Amino acid sequence: MAVPTLRCGFSGSRWTFALVDRGCRHRTVATFNWIRGQSSVAQQPLHTAQKPRKGAQEWAAVVGLEIHAQISSNSKLFSGAEVRFAAPPNSLVSFFDASLPGTLPVLNRRCVEAAVMTGLALNCHINQKSLFDRKHYFYADLPAGYQITQQRLPIAVNGNLAYSICVGKQQREITKTVRVKQIQLEQDSGKSLHDDLRSQTLVDLNRAEGQLRVDANVSVHHPGEPLGVRTEVKNLNSIRFLAKAIDYEIQRQISELENGGEILNETRSFDYKLGCTVPMRDKEGKQDYRFMPEPNLPPLLLYDSTSLPAGADPQQVIDIDRIRETLPELPSETRARLVQQYGMLPEHSFTLLNEVGLLEFFQNVIKETRAEPKKVVSWVLNTFLGYLKQQNLAVSESPVPPSALAELLDLLHTRAISSAAAKQVFEELWKSPGKPPAQIVSEKQLGLLQDREALEELCRATLDGHPQVVRDVKGGNPRAINKLIGLVRKATQGRAEPALIKQILEKQLSSPAP
Amino acid sequence: MLGRTLREVSVALKRGQVTPTELCQKCLALIKKTKFLNAYITVSEEAALKQAEASEKRYKKGQSLGDLDGIPVAVKDNFSTTGIETTCASNMLKGYVPPYNATVVQKLLDQGALLMGKTNLDEFAMGSGSTDGVFGPVKNPWSYSKQYREKRKQKPRDENDSDWLITGGSSGGSAAAVSAFTCFAALGSDTGGSTRNPAAHCGLIGFKPSYGLVSRHGLIPLVNSMDVPGILTRCVDDTAIVLGVLAGHDPKDSTTVQGPVNSFLLPSLTDVSKLCIGIPKEYLVPELSPEVRSLWSKAADLFDSEGAKVKEVSLPHTCYSIVCYHVLCTSEVASNMARFDGLEYGHRCDIDISTEAMYATTRREGFNDVVRGRILSGNFFLLKENYEDYFIKAQKVRRLIANDFVNVFNSGVDVLLTPTTLREAVPYLEFIQEDNRTRSAQDDIFTQAVNMAGLPAVNIPVALSRQGLPIGLQFIGPAFCDQQLLTVAKWFEQQVQFPVIQLEELMDDCSSVLANEKLASVSLKQQ
Repeated sequence: MAVPTLRCGFSGSRWTFALVDRGCRHRTVATFNWIRGQSSVAQQPLHTAQKPRKGAQEWAAVVGLEIHAQISSNSKLFSGAEVRFAAPPNSLVSFFDASLPGTLPVLNRRCVEAAVMTGLALNCHINQKSLFDRKHYFYADLPAGYQITQQRLPIAVNGNLAYSICVGKQQREITKTVRVKQIQLEQDSGKSLHDDLRSQTLVDLNRAEGQLRVDANVSVHHPGEPLGVRTEVKNLNSIRFLAKAIDYEIQRQISELENGGEILNETRSFDYKLGCTVPMRDKEGKQDYRFMPEPNLPPLLLYDSTSLPAGADPQQVIDIDRIRETLPELPSETRARLVQQYGMLPEHSFTLLNEVGLLEFFQNVIKETRAEPKKVVSWVLNTFLGYLKQQNLAVSESPVPPSALAELLDLLHTRAISSAAAKQVFEELWKSPGKPPAQIVSEKQLGLLQDREALEELCRATLDGHPQVVRDVKGGNPRAINKLIGLVRKATQGRAEPALIKQILEKQLSSPAP
Repeated sequence: MLGRTLREVSVALKRGQVTPTELCQKCLALIKKTKFLNAYITVSEEAALKQAEASEKRYKKGQSLGDLDGIPVAVKDNFSTTGIETTCASNMLKGYVPPYNATVVQKLLDQGALLMGKTNLDEFAMGSGSTDGVFGPVKNPWSYSKQYREKRKQKPRDENDSDWLITGGSSGGSAAAVSAFTCFAALGSDTGGSTRNPAAHCGLIGFKPSYGLVSRHGLIPLVNSMDVPGILTRCVDDTAIVLGVLAGHDPKDSTTVQGPVNSFLLPSLTDVSKLCIGIPKEYLVPELSPEVRSLWSKAADLFDSEGAKVKEVSLPHTCYSIVCYHVLCTSEVASNMARFDGLEYGHRCDIDISTEAMYATTRREGFNDVVRGRILSGNFFLLKENYEDYFIKAQKVRRLIANDFVNVFNSGVDVLLTPTTLREAVPYLEFIQEDNRTRSAQDDIFTQAVNMAGLPAVNIPVALSRQGLPIGLQFIGPAFCDQQLLTVAKWFEQQVQFPVIQLEELMDDCSSVLANEKLASVSLKQQ
């Protein structure tokens, strides 16, 4: 198992962190190529129960998340074996991964760098010295009988993540903060596939199959009173189910307690079909993981510019400051920049960032068009995103490239076409990818009516054809002119500017009939 | 030819006085002849002959790979060997054939060494006698030596053969293999003295390198934080040659040290007057046999008379070493043995009611009492409620023990001189009067603190006891001063002129070979 990786440590990779409300209590779960983090939401409980009934005390919920995130690396945290999604079972297993006697873990440098970068992104304190531990339990998909993790001294601690949510009808933006207790590198366990028909369990030691897995620790209590007994809902693999599971669990605990029941410290699973949590069959009873230091991995030492030994080989050391320099712009910074630079609404900046590839698309359009940023935002978020959603496409699958939209917006900007015509051009762009917008405009004769005389003639004809409306306007109802404008626009098939039409109509209405 | 040292036979190979195949066949013949010693678990005859053939071709083309090309060696059966069963002398691994070579094995093979086979040990290297393996005890070749038999007025092998001696352990198979001339060097492992102890009982050099100097990758672990591959040879120079091949950083073992490794070729000291030899007073224990004590004192006098500074030093935490080792060793054992669950490899029981039942039965059938006992103790020490009181405390004590050595070496001491064992080898029937745990605790007394501190240490055979059995003394050096330590050991070796084991009567058809030895040796010295 040649491992083309870091030489100061180990092999498979991952880390974890958890989000916790107040009391940060988490357990560790296993993964290869994972980062595991534990975080906590500080101030306000993340979820509060529904409004208390009269006479009932208010409940507060405390939620802690243990997040297992797979590190994007080519090989495992402690071995040189490849990581590839959907590879055939047990096709990517090194001797170490199979726990053959005498094999030793070798830490993957890439995974350490990813963990440091995650720690920096989450405002953590990076421990320049961290340690690895063995966590013991017997299970068929854990071939060594223990899992290598960072229990005592993890690579990063005490971080936080500020995030904003928009609430209310006015979409008021509120900022919240989640505390991150720790980020630790952790080896993945294997995967057990149970064949109930044949009473067999098949084990796949490839590991790292899921991108993300979350365990949620939930308890409820009355504010001001000690924290309640917690349950752990395990193996949640989507944000939607995570939210549902937490909401369900909070409600369940409250009604259990209000009905005189008690909450057991237990692990539960989420039945996504029924939308409820159920106690898990306890595999091994109460576990004592018998943690001990992993003797085959020396302490993981990281450096910064002040502690970097002179003449150190960059291949042998990890420099936190260098990783900091390579940190990309973080989402909160990007959003703030968008709001500031383009004057867009905060909720628009969220939408741009939440859709994969949309920000890049937007920025490419902005680069190539003379149209106002606000116009671009509106077109990207309303028209373009609307089409994508309707057809359930990703940004990368869009038939309209940024350059085409940019050209279309230029035509609009130079008043070569009207807004209504622009919509038609866009629809055509979507249907016939590759056709330049200008060509569509000329083929469909969607160009703005530039001939003022012709427009004046149309306006005159409209006034003549609708004497009643004209009387209304003249009779003191100036808003009736909008109806006339609409009629003229319809007659031009949307190719004339409403403002110009209005100007001509007003002039004709105020002058005596010829 | 077989009685020569590795270095001598290497010269003979280069000169064409003997071919690798001849050497290999002679060793194989002797392995068969000494089968009753039970030194080998597996003899890899076919592979060794093939390796010899390849080596012979290289010699013919003048493309020898170096000093080890064509040299028969043996490897303790807890080092993984590609295609050769690796059992750890346990039912648990019977039939287990690793798909990879331990780094040290690979390094030997890359140098052209001939792997004669895998040697016997205590199950999973847990023991100090090489008596507790599933393949039975190893017999000490000295039981059949002229020197011992003459004192005991016995024939080379009397009919009932009941009073044979233990080799010490746990690398007793490797020690017996080298001692009985079936190979020129052997790998042992050393966690608490497992290489040095049998070396002392079998009259060999037994070297434990600094922790981190030699890769553990492929060594099936006992205690990861203390294990090191050990080297058993018939002279110090041979150990240095093997160490030169084995030492160095291994990307597969993160605990090996970075940086280039210097040659371990040893200068011949002519002057020891600049040396300071430390004699730890705590090693003078009441259980020490008067003979060993007297030899120890004579050795100190020898240094003194040659102008070295000899001073008494203190390693005050020595007395806590045994109990501290017990906690740390069993804890790591409990963890390391967790992988033997019958699923991926090794023994699996017939029970299939449930996974848990399968684990339990497999492990009960697979491990002997000693291993199971240590697993139980270790899991007890690692329990959350006990961890602080046992494991953490033991780690602290370990640090104190290590610091004792640091302090002594910082005070100007170059090497420490101590006994290796309390006494010479005892008969098997006497040895088994006590249980494994008691024996290990007694026998590791002088050797095991060194493993806690990760220091290099070596057993040098000094003289024969009144019974005609080898007695060895131990030199301990500062971490990573392995070459300096061996240089002192080599000087001492030359002073004491430990006698060669006389097995002629046992190996009568080899006597003609042995008779040639002197001539060859003389011609060597004329070089």
